[in-house]
Amino acid sequence: MSNSSSAPLTTADGVPLRVSLRRAIRRSKLKALLLVSPLLLFLGIAFVMPIVDMLWRSVDNPEVSSTLPRTVSALDGWEGEALPGEPVFAALAEDLREGQQARNLGLLASRLNYEKSGMRSTITRTARRLRTLEPPYREALIEINDTWGELDTWRLIQRESSPYTLSYYLAAVDRQFSPQGEIVPVPEYLQIHATLFWRTFWMSAVITLATLLLGYPVAFLLANLPLRHSNLLMILVLLPFWTSLLVRTTTWIAILQSQGVLNDVMVALGVIADEARWQMIHNKTGTIIAMTHILLPFMILPLYSVMKTIPPSYMHAARSLGGRPFLCFRRVYFPLTIPGIAAGGILVFILSIGYYITPALVGGQSGRFITNYIAYHMQTSLNWGLAAAIASILLFVVVVFYWIFNRLIGVDKVKLG
Amino acid sequence: MKKSLMTKGATVAAMGLSTLAMAVAAQAETLNIVSWGGAYSMSQQKAYHEPWMEKTGDEIVNIDRSGNALAGLRAQNQAGNVTWDLVDMLPADALIACAEGLIEPLDHDQLLADAPDGTPPTEDFIDNSLTECFVPSIVYSNIVAFNTEMFPEGKQPSTIADVFDLENYPGKRTLLRKPINNLEWALVADGVAPEDVYDVLETEEGVQRAFAKLDTIKDEVIWWEEGAQPPQLLADQEVAFGSAYNGRIFNAMVTEDQPFEIIWDAQVFELDGWVVPTGKLDKVKDYLHFATDTQRLADQAKYISYGPARKSTSDMVSTHAETGIDMTPHMPTYPPNFETAIPKDDEFWADNNDELTQRFNAWLAQ
Repeated sequence: MSNSSSAPLTTADGVPLRVSLRRAIRRSKLKALLLVSPLLLFLGIAFVMPIVDMLWRSVDNPEVSSTLPRTVSALDGWEGEALPGEPVFAALAEDLREGQQARNLGLLASRLNYEKSGMRSTITRTARRLRTLEPPYREALIEINDTWGELDTWRLIQRESSPYTLSYYLAAVDRQFSPQGEIVPVPEYLQIHATLFWRTFWMSAVITLATLLLGYPVAFLLANLPLRHSNLLMILVLLPFWTSLLVRTTTWIAILQSQGVLNDVMVALGVIADEARWQMIHNKTGTIIAMTHILLPFMILPLYSVMKTIPPSYMHAARSLGGRPFLCFRRVYFPLTIPGIAAGGILVFILSIGYYITPALVGGQSGRFITNYIAYHMQTSLNWGLAAAIASILLFVVVVFYWIFNRLIGVDKVKLG
Repeated sequence: MKKSLMTKGATVAAMGLSTLAMAVAAQAETLNIVSWGGAYSMSQQKAYHEPWMEKTGDEIVNIDRSGNALAGLRAQNQAGNVTWDLVDMLPADALIACAEGLIEPLDHDQLLADAPDGTPPTEDFIDNSLTECFVPSIVYSNIVAFNTEMFPEGKQPSTIADVFDLENYPGKRTLLRKPINNLEWALVADGVAPEDVYDVLETEEGVQRAFAKLDTIKDEVIWWEEGAQPPQLLADQEVAFGSAYNGRIFNAMVTEDQPFEIIWDAQVFELDGWVVPTGKLDKVKDYLHFATDTQRLADQAKYISYGPARKSTSDMVSTHAETGIDMTPHMPTYPPNFETAIPKDDEFWADNNDELTQRFNAWLAQ
């Protein structure tokens, strides 16, 4: 009898209860997983894979190692002090011949031309004359193009022969490898990306601040007006939110341009002279005004959702204890809204550093963001590695901001109404 | 009974025939042709596409993506799904696309039509214009135009140096937001002979000199990015000068009666033409043969003032299709227009475009 009391509990069909329970839990977990699997699949394909691909492209460097394999291995152990010997040149001639047949010298030429202007024609010109090329290759190649006689060319090939590179990241922050392999700033006349990163960040901060100053009173009214009025106000906030981004951006062009509505009114009122119309668009001002308007709802809604939960009795209590209105606001109400401010701030800030179409349309020269250069490198210069590196840096910055936000406030505070 | 059987047979036969006819009709294809849009695509529509559709029943879809054609070809090629059948492209981009294997190498004498007198294509097209993967169709030109109403009579600009002379020719200018053309013009305005421009630009001092010259007008420049912008800005008198493609200015002058004039001094001319994405040659070779023959190229010159790329068209350029004006003096290749012309150096730009564009953008951002 004592045995039976220590025997495990079993279900009706004799399976131990613990096993049966575990099985049931596993089954329900599996069911839950099946239910969310379409979403997981979608996220994987549409979100995770592109990001992984982008990060990969920002360091991927297959051109030299795959197109010039013989040259790379012949250069192995070369010290970079004197011009390499005949075997390296012979290997190059062989590699170029093969590349010419496979028609993939173009990618190699583009890749090397990013690092050293003139490499494109060096390679295409050499490729055109391969058929008549005869040993000794060293003299023959240098005769076709002087570039093959420069130490820097060979140092470049050796440096870029590894399948991964940091060059794109360096270019993204206006740095480069010197021929000796040290990291140095690019010449001043080529520096542009660092300026644009900095501009993107400070203008996004200004936009965030502007949305806060404009949105805070609106959110307060939304949360405290009688329902009838606040509903109407809510519609006024949401209507522009539902309107196409392009429509709102081009409307600002119509309002702000030098022959636009606002300038016309000001001239008609005699505030400004006809010749001295304000330049409010195609510059930083245009970008800040248009983006503040477009991103305003993303500040108002999280603020509203926090303010809605603050019981009016807190303020009444503070007042009844003798606090002046401003003191009550500062000491009681405002601290309670900080999670809303932080949530709205992080939303607006992150959205605005990634904004692309509005700065492109109303930013002119001075109001462009780094995102416009990502687009430029994707579509025009076709330097996708550099585009990926710039985008990865932006991603990294966003993750850092998100991490800070989560530590200070907690991401569960973000609510959109 | 027998009769009805026979009728049945006849019906079946008729049905078979009609299926056959449908099969023949079904061979008519849809060609996705990429070009530049605007007045230029319209000239291709009238001169090539419409006669071809009438002749074959094919359908031609115009896609206005030539501005980013190289990026598009690369992306389609990497995705393994090339949807473009024929692409209108600049020769510099064609060189790059060809070296990357994105477009087909072409056997010009075999693929293209002979001139009416039997001259083979390799001799009939402008010298050195046929490259491995490229068939030119036109010669166009980058010029600066001005609005004649913005300058007093007797003080109208006439040279590229005038564009850089703010004192005598005040007003805003609009220029392409790229270093191409602008650096060449800056040097010519600074006294460099048109034929020496690229030798000077090869040197660091030359590039500095060009940027220094551009500096003198930088504050007065509105930068354009779409070909349709300069004629619009000129028409609105927002600018006094505008760099543009000569065909667009011509179009505004004759069809919209705009008071524009072209400064032909130091025009930078180049070719434009067709390339075939890899794997599409069989599908488009008949069309390509048709659209690049002498008659079609001559026809196109009735709609837009771009010079045909075949020598055999030289006697065939006549009058504008709508207004009837003589096209000859509006062509970039018309001798008085051509005296100081600069042939765009594709190889120089293939080598230096990356770096000079970055330098140009940094200069703009200053």
